[in-house]
Amino acid sequence: MKSEETRPIAATSVEQVRQVVDEIYRSESRQVLATLIRLLGDFDLAEEALHEAFAAAMERWPRDGLPANPRAWLISAGRFRTVDALRRRARLDASLAHLANRLEEVARANAAKDEELEDDQLRLIFTCCHPALASSTQVALTLREVCGLTTEEIASAFLSSPPTIAQRIVRGKAKIRTARIPYQVPSTTELPERLDSVLAVIYLVFNEGYSASSGSSVTRLDLSEEAIRLGRLLVGLLPDPEARGLLALMLLQESRRTARTSPEGDIILLEDQDRSLWDQAKITEASSLVERAIASQRFGAYTLQAAIAGVHAAAPTAAETDWAQMVALYDILAQAAPSPVVALNRAVAVAMRDGHREGLELIEAILARGELADYHLAHAARADLCRRLGRTADARQSYQRALALARQEPERRFLERRLHELGQK
Amino acid sequence: MKYLLLIYTDEKVWTENEREKCIAESTQLTHELHAKGQYLRAAPLHPVATATSVRVRNGKRLVTDGPFAETHEQLGGFFLIDAADLDEAIEIAARIPGARKGTVEVRPIMELAGLPEVK
Repeated sequence: MKSEETRPIAATSVEQVRQVVDEIYRSESRQVLATLIRLLGDFDLAEEALHEAFAAAMERWPRDGLPANPRAWLISAGRFRTVDALRRRARLDASLAHLANRLEEVARANAAKDEELEDDQLRLIFTCCHPALASSTQVALTLREVCGLTTEEIASAFLSSPPTIAQRIVRGKAKIRTARIPYQVPSTTELPERLDSVLAVIYLVFNEGYSASSGSSVTRLDLSEEAIRLGRLLVGLLPDPEARGLLALMLLQESRRTARTSPEGDIILLEDQDRSLWDQAKITEASSLVERAIASQRFGAYTLQAAIAGVHAAAPTAAETDWAQMVALYDILAQAAPSPVVALNRAVAVAMRDGHREGLELIEAILARGELADYHLAHAARADLCRRLGRTADARQSYQRALALARQEPERRFLERRLHELGQK
Repeated sequence: MKYLLLIYTDEKVWTENEREKCIAESTQLTHELHAKGQYLRAAPLHPVATATSVRVRNGKRLVTDGPFAETHEQLGGFFLIDAADLDEAIEIAARIPGARKGTVEVRPIMELAGLPEVK
């Protein structure tokens, strides 16, 4: 074991050491795990090694004092103790001797590569989000290995069962091992495409938390926070404009969390929200991120969506919203990432800028093309504009269509209320 | 690590000209791979009309005309390569002309001990 400079703790009580170790576990264990995964080349061994490392810390630090570099100490301890543990088991089971030797070789070779430890978490993120893995596997692996959520927490967050998630994770790790998905930060040419995978995973996690927050269990609320945490981690490790854009987008959507639902869990539309409840700290952070992303001139869809959300955030009242700027941004977004949903959202902005009739024309054109036929928000948007134009029968028809398609309870209640307001149901 | 790259395309979408270009490009690719020590073997297959399927059930041999499954895309060729990891294998697969018209499936080879050595 490398000898580390030690700083003897003043009163080396086991209790004090435990507190320090707990604190280090909270702040460093994810990074230590990422490095151990790279050194040992195996998720499960790395997890064992992580436990060994912290167990070793609890044994040695009261005696030897705190190391100057706890992370390096833990990595070293985890690596060597895991090899030792395998050797001990090999005395009883000869087939493990080969494994122990292999492991020692692999760890030595990887350690010799002198990689930046800082990059290990980034490598881990890219590995967990490799396109060769199914999207649901990418999500589960990232939440487990990068964020440190337990299988139970992940299952509860996605309304799935722990055995289903566990199996998904096991199969994901098996594919990484068998097909030899490498622990690497992708090359510059591959990076944009690979980064897309990562951003998609993070946004998926965020949206699971976002949609759930307008209703049920407390556990699901944390997914949005987890996604933002991941987003911050990513931006810290890889200051890419789109990573900044995604983080900004999530912060802006999150900034409205308390304002967008009533105490009863009902939806409050953007135009009706109490803007004093908006989290200005998040909005400020997001604005700065969007500015930097746009300044780079290499931004994409997430940054544009963040800029659009920023237009709302910048308006002190709904009436002061700069709809012209919003439509201009949607025009750019429609070029960068055209989709029927973008066209729909643009149409809503056009309605605000130019008038209900103009917006309605655009929405009806989208639906006439057969696009978004099963998207409840398209029908809700049509219904809203028809309602404002006094076309009650059309509004009712569209609200009913939207209601038939809507799945979330708060949204259903909202649509039912609108139908009720129109007259007989 | 060895990977088998299986090239699936719809035979009907190739013109004669395109087929010849594909063969030329693929040949070029095999040489590029060989120069880097990645090439083990490659070949196009004769069209699926030449396929014969063999099954043995209850000791009885069943021989039929055609591929094992009637699918839209059919197996048209393969590359057997040696690559450092999946990313390298994917990069090679993407260079195969068939990838532009169909799908290249990348499968890691399970190394078995005790198989004969072939030159």
